[in-house]
Amino acid sequence: MIVASRKPIPELKEVLAKHDKVLFAGCGTCVTVCLSGGEREVGIISSAMRMARRLDGRPIEIEQVTIERQCDNEFIQDLAGPAERSEAILSFGCGAGVQAIAERFPEKPVYAALNTQFLGILEEQAVWAEKCLGCGSCVLSQFGGICPVTRCAKRLLNGPCGGSSEESCEVDPERPCAWQMIYRRLKAIGQLDNLSAIVPPKDWRTGWHAGARRIVREEHRI
Amino acid sequence: MIETEPAMAQDAKINQVEVIAFCCNFCAYAAADLAGARRMQYPANVRIVHVPCTGKVEVKHLLAAFERGIDGILLAGCLEGGCHFVEGNLRAKRRVEAAKQVLDEIGLGRDRLRMVNLSASEAPTFVARIQEMVETVNALGPNPLRLPGDKEHAR
Repeated sequence: MIVASRKPIPELKEVLAKHDKVLFAGCGTCVTVCLSGGEREVGIISSAMRMARRLDGRPIEIEQVTIERQCDNEFIQDLAGPAERSEAILSFGCGAGVQAIAERFPEKPVYAALNTQFLGILEEQAVWAEKCLGCGSCVLSQFGGICPVTRCAKRLLNGPCGGSSEESCEVDPERPCAWQMIYRRLKAIGQLDNLSAIVPPKDWRTGWHAGARRIVREEHRI
Repeated sequence: MIETEPAMAQDAKINQVEVIAFCCNFCAYAAADLAGARRMQYPANVRIVHVPCTGKVEVKHLLAAFERGIDGILLAGCLEGGCHFVEGNLRAKRRVEAAKQVLDEIGLGRDRLRMVNLSASEAPTFVARIQEMVETVNALGPNPLRLPGDKEHAR
């Protein structure tokens, strides 16, 4: 899922400084699961923002609506009425959600309440870890299901660097060395010979370096 | 009986602030009950809200109370390790810290919110914690978010 974290309230207050009636739009998918932009978080930040603005002597009127998914136009439709009644929209979606709403309501200022962080998983209660960079050409099959592109700090594809220390990465000793994990995993599944192949430099044209990507599935188009 | 200052004799200005005490059923609420049975006095401007566990109290409840103009909130839960629901008070502790962070960010200040731990037999401790909280909030003054003419605070 997409993992995000909320922006500090002073930053949000500054962003909304020009507006007195704002729609706070939550998203019920990834950011609800990562406890940053769901109905509960929208309620907390709405309450905090109302208090912050009253303390400044300029109250703000906030309407709160959390929809199923902000990255899907079908669900964004539910925001049409509340958006019409508001001067601006503060989206608690990920970067994709904020942009989808901005496209859907071209006449309304749309702001981001969250900092979108990464594609990751829940490691334990309230701890999320990045697992995928979305590079566009997956190498997980070759490396036992552990991604060196995301989890090696140097994105090495042909074994560990000279700085790794036993299990740890030299960039952050708290982080396990991805290549140590890959070695153990391949050994466990009897595929150590995968490591004897020389991996050529990664072709980053499939990644975001070439600009925003687009996928078209002709067989599903109507 | 523990000697405490009679409520009526306390400084009149203490009555200017209002404090909510969220009290856990298994400790602080019982301690408040015991304090009552022992005729112990504590400030009258404290409203006790009986909760099944401090773990039931969420950040939004704390913020909602401040938004409506309450001057201070005390969360009174079981001693750490003694929660009837194992870790409800530990969760409450972390939520209180998160709420304090928000209070700091909006400029209301973290000192209006406090969590304390005590057991059901500690009536004197309950009274002392309530008095300390009221003194702290009294020093901070009324919540600037309190609306003029708010019936909740018109006495």
